[in-house]
Amino acid sequence: MKPAPLDFEKPILELEKQLEELRKHSKLQAIDLEREVKSMEAKIESTRREIYQNLSAWQRIQIARHTARPFALDYLREAFTEFVELHGDRLFGDDQAMPAGFARLGQYRCVVLAHQKGRDTKENIRRNFGSAHPEGYRKALRLMRLAEKFQLPVVTLIDTPGAYPGVGAEERHISESIAVNLREMMQLRTAIVAVVIGEGGSGGALGIGVADRVLMLENAYYSVISPEGCAAILWKHRSHAPEAAEALKLTAFDLKQLGIIDAVIPEPTGGAHHDPLQTALNLRAAVLAQLDVLTKKKVSVLLEERYEKFRQMGRVLEPGMG
Amino acid sequence: MAIFPKPSLKLGKNLKKRDMPEGLWQKCPECGEVIHQLELSRNLKVCPKCDHHFTFSAAERIQSLLDPDTFQEFDAELASVDVLNFKGVATYRDRLKSYQAKTGLRDAVITGFGSIEGHRSGLAVMDFNFLAATMGSVVGEKITRLIERSTADRRAVVIVSASGGARMYEGMLSLMQMAKTSGALARHAEARLPYLSVLTHPTTAGVMASYASLGDLILAEPKCMVGFAGPRVIRETTHQELPPGFQTAEFLKEHGFIDLIVHRRDLRSTLARLLDYLGA
Repeated sequence: MKPAPLDFEKPILELEKQLEELRKHSKLQAIDLEREVKSMEAKIESTRREIYQNLSAWQRIQIARHTARPFALDYLREAFTEFVELHGDRLFGDDQAMPAGFARLGQYRCVVLAHQKGRDTKENIRRNFGSAHPEGYRKALRLMRLAEKFQLPVVTLIDTPGAYPGVGAEERHISESIAVNLREMMQLRTAIVAVVIGEGGSGGALGIGVADRVLMLENAYYSVISPEGCAAILWKHRSHAPEAAEALKLTAFDLKQLGIIDAVIPEPTGGAHHDPLQTALNLRAAVLAQLDVLTKKKVSVLLEERYEKFRQMGRVLEPGMG
Repeated sequence: MAIFPKPSLKLGKNLKKRDMPEGLWQKCPECGEVIHQLELSRNLKVCPKCDHHFTFSAAERIQSLLDPDTFQEFDAELASVDVLNFKGVATYRDRLKSYQAKTGLRDAVITGFGSIEGHRSGLAVMDFNFLAATMGSVVGEKITRLIERSTADRRAVVIVSASGGARMYEGMLSLMQMAKTSGALARHAEARLPYLSVLTHPTTAGVMASYASLGDLILAEPKCMVGFAGPRVIRETTHQELPPGFQTAEFLKEHGFIDLIVHRRDLRSTLARLLDYLGA
């Protein structure tokens, strides 16, 4: 089944409908419309290219949030093998918004930490729409310590609108659970690769996002605040989210340019949901390439480079520097 | 029938509400007491009647905590850059300019070395008057440098926080300051040096989810607001009633997060005593 179209994809759909009509007509009337069909196909292709090569930040966000987009567990099935889910933070509970466990990627035995969203209401309630509680971040930390102890590389799959803003999350100190992960990930004595696969929602994303390499799928976004939240504050209305999305420079290509991420993983035309399997293969190859490099480095080198990587982030005006 | 008309309470209320002459008097938002500025300053900006803690500027805080003439400021000239060329309703450039003019500060934090009752420390104080003390590259860089210098000089670090969170005008560069500062604290901790985090009204979001939460000890001023998400966002997301006192220092102490709630007048001596216990 074809995924539900997004607003900006309507022109393509319209043309595809016309092509269908043309073909039907040709068959019914037994007229040779070969040339018309050919030219229509070419037109569809060029429209498609026109749309997908000039995606605005806001359009990419629609793709990143598409319910048919592959989620973390889809990648764990298609890109990884033998996933063994491990549960609980040994303190309070097991956060279903953040599944985690062992998985193999090629020759590597990994610890994988992920945000997981749901496709329908029932699944979304179970996964809390991909917004983790402190338990999720603390489970992640517990398993990172395990990875460190047994020298397994850590792979994180980031896909969250943000850490959960709720009473329970505050009562159990969601800020602290994220802050501790930032500090501990900076010093974790094993390789870490983070991949933003969909939504990279602020602190909730960063809470499993400090890594030796940070990769992003082509249509994922990673932002300090949701475009809606930013629009509500700076434009006084959420309807200005498209402008905010543009201003925040939150796309994979923008962030590569700003030095926030290391590489962009390509998606099939139209986005990951048009060919989840191909996307999984792309992700697999990209992460494997990084693990090949990182697992050969001495831990002391890894930690020094990781510190320096984040140390140089930020732009300031320094007197005497022109 | 009453001989005198009932006094109009409304009028009285209006009279009370009338604005005070600019600059001389200030009304306590908690108890309504009208306090002369001089008296308020002498009392460390704490209401003499109800102990409400008013916003304290970074300069006032430094003066109240450090031994006289021991402060050596770092990186005072560091200024923010509009890297993203951010254009909203107001541009980032304009916002920076207006806050610099309003506060006389270059950005939202002052950092340096100084002594707290003889304890040689690295001190960072955020100033909520500057763009809600949001953390952009300058705040992150100054705090990171302070921590690194303190590690190299084997000093304790004291950070007095107040913040609306990450500075969205700098996009992801501001979010990354959370990782950067936390990394510097990891190395400071590895060197077995103490870090005391002091939370003041209000400390939230990105700052709360990084260095403000990472103190060996966490102190807070009475009744200050401390949290990750704002109460409005929580109410809108969860449609839940918020418990009484939610996200106050007292609430967080009850929920096991804060070591000590300290009145502003006692902060200096409390910090000194704690640093003493930690051998700094």
